[in-house]
Amino acid sequence: MMPISLSRRRAAVAVFVLLLGTGAAAAAPQPVTIRIDNFTFTPAELSVPAGTTVTWVNGDDIPHTVVAVDKSFRSKALDTGDSYSQTLSTPGTVAYFCGLHPHMTGRITVTP
Amino acid sequence: MNDGEQSGGIGRRGALHCMVWAGTGVLWGLSGGVPRSLGLVGEAMAAPTSGFTFLQISDSHVGFDKPANPNALGTLQEAVARIGTLPQKPDFLIHTGDISHLSKPKEFDDADQVIGGARLPVHYVPGEHDLLDDGTGQAYRDRYGRGSQGAGWYSFDSGGVHFIGLVNVVDLKAGGLGNLGHDQLEWLEDDLRGKSGSTPIVVFAHIPLWTVYQDWGWGTEDGAQALSYLKRFGSVTVLNGHIHQLMQKVEGDVVFHTAMSTAFPQPAPGSAPSPGPMTVPPDRLRSLLGTTRVTVQQGTKPLAITDSPLSAS
Repeated sequence: MMPISLSRRRAAVAVFVLLLGTGAAAAAPQPVTIRIDNFTFTPAELSVPAGTTVTWVNGDDIPHTVVAVDKSFRSKALDTGDSYSQTLSTPGTVAYFCGLHPHMTGRITVTP
Repeated sequence: MNDGEQSGGIGRRGALHCMVWAGTGVLWGLSGGVPRSLGLVGEAMAAPTSGFTFLQISDSHVGFDKPANPNALGTLQEAVARIGTLPQKPDFLIHTGDISHLSKPKEFDDADQVIGGARLPVHYVPGEHDLLDDGTGQAYRDRYGRGSQGAGWYSFDSGGVHFIGLVNVVDLKAGGLGNLGHDQLEWLEDDLRGKSGSTPIVVFAHIPLWTVYQDWGWGTEDGAQALSYLKRFGSVTVLNGHIHQLMQKVEGDVVFHTAMSTAFPQPAPGSAPSPGPMTVPPDRLRSLLGTTRVTVQQGTKPLAITDSPLSAS
């Protein structure tokens, strides 16, 4: 490995800090939580900007799963208190359901 | 009686609930395709039984430890111990699924150890709780699926009865109910081909094959198609689990029956915000858990179904 000169290292740090700055300006959207209680996703429908991380939390005494209808994601079985997160980066509609109790359905609209 | 019952008399379901709460069971027979009630268990026990019997056990949910029953393994042990005290030893057990709660190897190990204590052959079908491993059911099939097809369906003959174990908990569709799928339906049609219409048929699967309550997903999307293949048979008995309570229905020559769980009860359809585990006072729990015994009488062919709560004397 060639040692990086001090000036180059400084420049690299400067660029990194700059990148961090832009990142902060275009901050990731607020994360969103969807509760699973009484065999129901709440809210069952919602709209979020692209890049939002959605977390499902199971409050039931029975395990549930979160499965995208288009099979783009699938959680493991979520026991009581377990959660599952998914970052939705592509605008469009995400329809999902519980793979164990398929009458449980939900929909997220991802806006650009 | 619970509030969900219709007013203007006790319905079949209502009557069953009351009797179960009183710690009794119901025995009824099917003779020549015409079901007839044989009264309460005490009475019916006096009736001579011949032929062979088998026992249905369901929804043991080993690993479940929530308030509705902190010791699901313990109540399974009680259920198995009761099998040992039956005056006539059943020929085998049928387990209609949800053996485990989360498909963990230890849950299956514990269940096998306890159920093995009955020292009887066991015929399993999976519930949705048995297919939660990373291989979506590979663990179940490796353990219980020997000689089965597809996701674990199979048939066998015993005591002059043709038994069919179906799997309706795989590949469930959003917004839908239980699902058998094209391949299994084709297999079923083929399996029944050439069978005489006088052969008694017992079909068992986890989720009810008939729609008990659509809003809670208690039914099977393509169950009607499976039943259409069974229309020409004079005696069809459908045994299911999943809903953790007794439910019976007779439609033509077909008798539908769901078993109690050995782990925890669930509410009557629509009587609670969700079908989740129902917590009852501890002294009532064992009246809502139990097993189902089926007696096949040789010659006259009545299948007598007896439900025995754990708390029954």
